[in-house]
Amino acid sequence: MAEATQSKFTLKSLLEWFTTTIGQIVVALLVPSITVFIMIKGFIFLRDGAAPKYIIALVAIIWGVGGVALIYFITNWLIEKLPPKWISKLQPFLFVGPAVVILSWYMAIPTVRTFILSLKDRTGANFVGFENYVAVFSQRIMTIAFRNNLLWIIFGATLSIAFGLLVAVLADRSRFEKFAKSLIFLPMAISFVGAGVIWNFIYEVKEAGSAQIGLLNAIWTGLGGQPQAWTAMLQPWNNLFLIIIVIWLQTGYAMVIFSAAIKGIPGELLEAARVDGATEVQVFFRIMIPYIMGTIITVSTTVVIFTLKIFDVVMVMTGGQFGTHVIATQFYRQAFTNQNKGYASAIAIVLVICVIPVMIYNLRQLSDEEAF
Amino acid sequence: MKSAKGQERLRDFVVNGALLLLVFIWTIPTLGLLVSSFRTRFDIQTSGWWKVLPHREWVLVEELDIPEGVDPNGIMTIEGVTGTFDELREGITGEDGRQITWSGNKRLGTIRINEERWVIFPDLTFENYGQVLAGKTYEIQTASGDVMTVEGDNFVGAFLNSVTVAIPATIIPILIAAFAAYGFAWMKFPGRRLLFVLVVALLVIPLQIALVPILKDYVRLNLNGTFLSIWLAHTGFGLPLATYLLFNYIKGLPRDILESAFIDGASHFTIFVRLIIPLSLPALASFAIFQFLWVWNDYLVALVFIGAKPDVQVLTMRIAEMVGSRGADWHLLTAGAFISMLLPLVVFFSLQRFFVRGMLAGSVKG
Repeated sequence: MAEATQSKFTLKSLLEWFTTTIGQIVVALLVPSITVFIMIKGFIFLRDGAAPKYIIALVAIIWGVGGVALIYFITNWLIEKLPPKWISKLQPFLFVGPAVVILSWYMAIPTVRTFILSLKDRTGANFVGFENYVAVFSQRIMTIAFRNNLLWIIFGATLSIAFGLLVAVLADRSRFEKFAKSLIFLPMAISFVGAGVIWNFIYEVKEAGSAQIGLLNAIWTGLGGQPQAWTAMLQPWNNLFLIIIVIWLQTGYAMVIFSAAIKGIPGELLEAARVDGATEVQVFFRIMIPYIMGTIITVSTTVVIFTLKIFDVVMVMTGGQFGTHVIATQFYRQAFTNQNKGYASAIAIVLVICVIPVMIYNLRQLSDEEAF
Repeated sequence: MKSAKGQERLRDFVVNGALLLLVFIWTIPTLGLLVSSFRTRFDIQTSGWWKVLPHREWVLVEELDIPEGVDPNGIMTIEGVTGTFDELREGITGEDGRQITWSGNKRLGTIRINEERWVIFPDLTFENYGQVLAGKTYEIQTASGDVMTVEGDNFVGAFLNSVTVAIPATIIPILIAAFAAYGFAWMKFPGRRLLFVLVVALLVIPLQIALVPILKDYVRLNLNGTFLSIWLAHTGFGLPLATYLLFNYIKGLPRDILESAFIDGASHFTIFVRLIIPLSLPALASFAIFQFLWVWNDYLVALVFIGAKPDVQVLTMRIAEMVGSRGADWHLLTAGAFISMLLPLVVFFSLQRFFVRGMLAGSVKG
């Protein structure tokens, strides 16, 4: 009797278990399928739809942001249906997986693919060995680009850092600190293309005799000079007029970081030096600079890497004419205008080689950290 | 003691003077753009933008026919000034301060009388913005009162495209990076160290490396020119820094909060959504501003992956194109450039605190 109920109970519970499992599996399959369906519909609507612009914009934003969040939620919901042992094994991959996949697709694997491409000819069909690299280091257009990048680093990076430091020190002891820092920092919010328009306007040249509407030529002719096409004259020094733009943009970045570093110098240290009769200049060079040396190196690295990749300014101001090409504009020209993928890839690899020392330094820092 | 005080005052003066001079130099370029964008096309082309400040200018007060009986080939006396035709063509300033100019040729000319007057209220207009923002057509009232129809530059469209690109391209990488940062900071799984080394190694890799292969993939997947393609690209290029910064932040959160949540039976996902995200808001906001400005101001990535598709073009592309095709139309270029700067400037001024904090966090390690 007891046995019968027992087995009946088991049968019933088995049936129950069976239906719920089936139900769960159906739901587990249905929910992602519906999600995928909606996502694909959304994509097609966005790509081919003819709705008014602002509706497309709204749908796109919701579809994009909501879609990514949904993928996380649903995948997690599925994972948490599994036994606990599986949860702890799978969940980390839900957290880290998407980032690793995207990083691999967009950065890690392309590095290898670009390297392989750099060993091939312009169509990517035949291997040509290191021919592209030989061309990169021997052709005159590339020599000019390398020279210009060197000018960018020597003048652009150095002056941004120098001005940044100067403003940081001055602002630190001025009553206009906030105001001054805000305005010097402001160009950071402006795109290079926008900055290009701003400075193109400053460099605008009209023929001699008519009113100069460009600020620089107005000052220059006011001082008795002849109007100049600043970005086209006297190579390679015309590059300096492009470099000024980046100094204008970058100084704010250097300033903010130096300013924070200077505020970190203990007041007693500076006070003691002043009491001992050190002049302001001595305090600056003997105490401040050594104290914030680490920050100066960090900022310099960032600015130099940034300067190495400079592209937009040159593209908008001169398009690389008048001997102003840099590595990144040559890369763009070779890759997309000349359609010489092999040559362009070799240029990109050269850029990567330039930053490898910084990469190694970063990795060293990481292995020194106790966290890992 | 007195001299020390004097010295201090001098030092203050030098410091503030130098600082304000630098601020002045740094601000002038943007100011010039802003002012110019409100000037009329004619004004921009004929005088510098600083002429909006009060200044003295020759103003036409009267235009006369040539008085009868003057011989243009000899020496003439008109309106109290005397000179040859060539001199009058150049303009002669009389004793009363009026400038008499012969305009036109010898037979069919007019006499213009100019007076130097203060110009205090410059002639400003919103017309440039109207034309730049407009879609297909825009009507301009010309000086003579005619209505002229010109093609607008459709900055409204480009602005919407920029918004559509920038918002998801800011939120998606932050979301993905936050998940990954939590995973690296608080979860144990095989390959954790190796994968994090990958993140750090990719921090400085220039994005140029990816353009050619990714474009190839996009063409194969028929993704080129879609919003999805550019979101994903910005996500890929922004992820290393985002993951690294957020990792540093999340790692630094007090461990006991998490442990007590675990004891209460919360899963990693719940902890992440309910605890970590709210606690990390400052770091998320800092990076969001960064990424937003970077995406909004980006030109290269948009140029490569959106290409020439006019209906998806973002603002930077639109402006760069205008610089190339109509680089002398300063009234439109300045207005367009200012429209593109509007949103970044608002973000910048309202969230400057977070922005600075984010930059400092990034530079501590570098």
